[in-house]
Amino acid sequence: MGLAGIGGSLMGGKSLFQKVWENHIVVPETADTPAVLYIDLHLIHEVTTPQAFSVLKERELEVRRPDRTLATMDHSTPTVPVTGLEDLDRVSDPAAAAQIRALAKNCRQFGIELHGFDSEHRGIVHVIGPELGATQPGKTIVCGDSHTSTHGAFGALSFGIGTTEVGHVLATQCLLQRRPKTLAVNISGAVPDGVTAKDIILAIIGQVGVDGGVGHVIEYRGDAITGLDMDQRMTVCNMSIEAGARSGMIAPDDTTYEYLSGRPAAPAGADWDAALKHWQSLPSDLDARFDKEITIDATMLQPMVTFGTNPGMVIPVSGVIPPDTGDISFRQALDYMGLQSGAPIAGTPVDVVFVGSCTNSRISDLRQTAAILKGRRIAPNVHMLVVPGSQSIKAQAEAEGLDKIFEAAGAQWRESGCSMCLGMNGDTVPSGQLCVSTSNRNFEGRQGIGARTILASPATAAASAIRGCVSDVNNIN
Amino acid sequence: MEKVTIIHSRTVILPQADIDTDQILPARFLTTTTRAGMGDALFADWRYDSAGGLNKDFPLNKPEAQGCRILVAGNNFGCGSSREHAPWGLVDFGFKAVISTAFADIFRNNALKNGLVPILVDEATHQWLMDNPGAEISVDVGKRQLLLPDGSVVDFPIDDFSRYCLIEGIDQLGYLLKQSDHISHFEQQHS
Repeated sequence: MGLAGIGGSLMGGKSLFQKVWENHIVVPETADTPAVLYIDLHLIHEVTTPQAFSVLKERELEVRRPDRTLATMDHSTPTVPVTGLEDLDRVSDPAAAAQIRALAKNCRQFGIELHGFDSEHRGIVHVIGPELGATQPGKTIVCGDSHTSTHGAFGALSFGIGTTEVGHVLATQCLLQRRPKTLAVNISGAVPDGVTAKDIILAIIGQVGVDGGVGHVIEYRGDAITGLDMDQRMTVCNMSIEAGARSGMIAPDDTTYEYLSGRPAAPAGADWDAALKHWQSLPSDLDARFDKEITIDATMLQPMVTFGTNPGMVIPVSGVIPPDTGDISFRQALDYMGLQSGAPIAGTPVDVVFVGSCTNSRISDLRQTAAILKGRRIAPNVHMLVVPGSQSIKAQAEAEGLDKIFEAAGAQWRESGCSMCLGMNGDTVPSGQLCVSTSNRNFEGRQGIGARTILASPATAAASAIRGCVSDVNNIN
Repeated sequence: MEKVTIIHSRTVILPQADIDTDQILPARFLTTTTRAGMGDALFADWRYDSAGGLNKDFPLNKPEAQGCRILVAGNNFGCGSSREHAPWGLVDFGFKAVISTAFADIFRNNALKNGLVPILVDEATHQWLMDNPGAEISVDVGKRQLLLPDGSVVDFPIDDFSRYCLIEGIDQLGYLLKQSDHISHFEQQHS
């Protein structure tokens, strides 16, 4: 055995993160300088790119790899139908319309593939990457959006970056990075009925805290994770950032390969065989070490909802709001939400229900919502919006007749986009109203000025829409 | 990028923990296609009342806060979205440094790329700063030190590369572009 082999055995095995990281080192990090990390796939959208393209133009730089860059419009796009860019003025705020047109112009100028209004694949950036098969195990994937961690569900190393770094990747296909630490989250045991991926990740954030993952990449492990389908795994990885983590990853397995097989951007034929061999080498070695580890008993999990103004302020839907700690942030959160310590969260009146966002807008989320709404009406005082994650999902849902179920129940069915998750496109929750939302952030004003947000699974959201108050789906039947 | 070496200023305090980027720069201001003028939107939902007037109770609006270049905030500042509009807003407003006991990773990265120094301090120093709003302090980026009014010195961590880029005003894109041969070599090996 050579020296490297001895060193390797002393160091222990490698984690999934470590393997992907090492495969992308262009220049190793030193005490003085960060690593130069190669980026396989750069996803871009209208909001965090215009200033990056401006830098390229000022410095007369090209996009190094337009073939590794994929663009869509999602954040400030309308969810009412438009026929194209010229039709935006009819429905959009002038600044939003200008921003969307700027993306189209920049993509044309720099030769980047754009899924615009004429594309059947347009949708939320973190929904269409996987859907097209562009998201693959072992890739490094970045986007000017913090929910880029979604793609980690495939065993990719994916993380959000700012606009300056978007410019770095456009110009060089690389980023300067210090190696993050690793955090293993082990979740084992049978997941109780009625508990979804959203409940699992909300419970994890409640335990880790909104800053517990800072500086770390999470690997979600255990049979409660491997038992999830790809849509559910994406929901879990999506909210890693809500625990402060740089990213979240799940080891690729047969579920992953089955999902990818046959998708437009996935490898085919001999390329598929070679890729599969590589992907199968990626899962963490049995003796891999992590900087931190936590274990969660899946059998104890319950449907979860938030009660405050960050995603770590979370309780079971059957629970009561925790006692006042005297902490200024806690008090400000309860004041903002109009909720009281000691009160049950179930039964809180609801004004708006939103099903959508990169967390929960995939076909299985829509099916789950439809299964509960079928043959029922939402409460008369509730306004409900269902926004598919992509135009492909919209078409699939309509082929299955889900849109008819939503509309018969009294909900609005829209075009794809980020919509009411952050309210950039005009889909907002009015001030003082309470929204049960399947999105990822319950920050003050996130869904509109003065809007109050309770994060929940699609099942809890649908149950709450029917009852007109925060409701446990287990009490609906 | 402008060089950042010494910052001497009074502090202004936002005591809340977990101040997220939706508070720092609300999403409705993100439809811009330039970096200019983001300071007007900084902390908009806290800074202005519903009629658009200044909320007199908000710390940044108080007379003694005018001209402060150093913000002291609760734990885990800048969590949430990756929007670089948050540090753009802080810088455009006039801040040169933010002090906290923890920063969200993406915010920290974005701040450093815009000459805004994220200063991580221990609980005791943080508590002292919280208890003494308006304290006149100095930040020496080169020495990685905070100088408090009583003459005591507190070290803060900042990696060598970031420190070098701050004090020399180095633009990291220029550094990356110089790696072009390495990048081409990597691409040939992995095509």
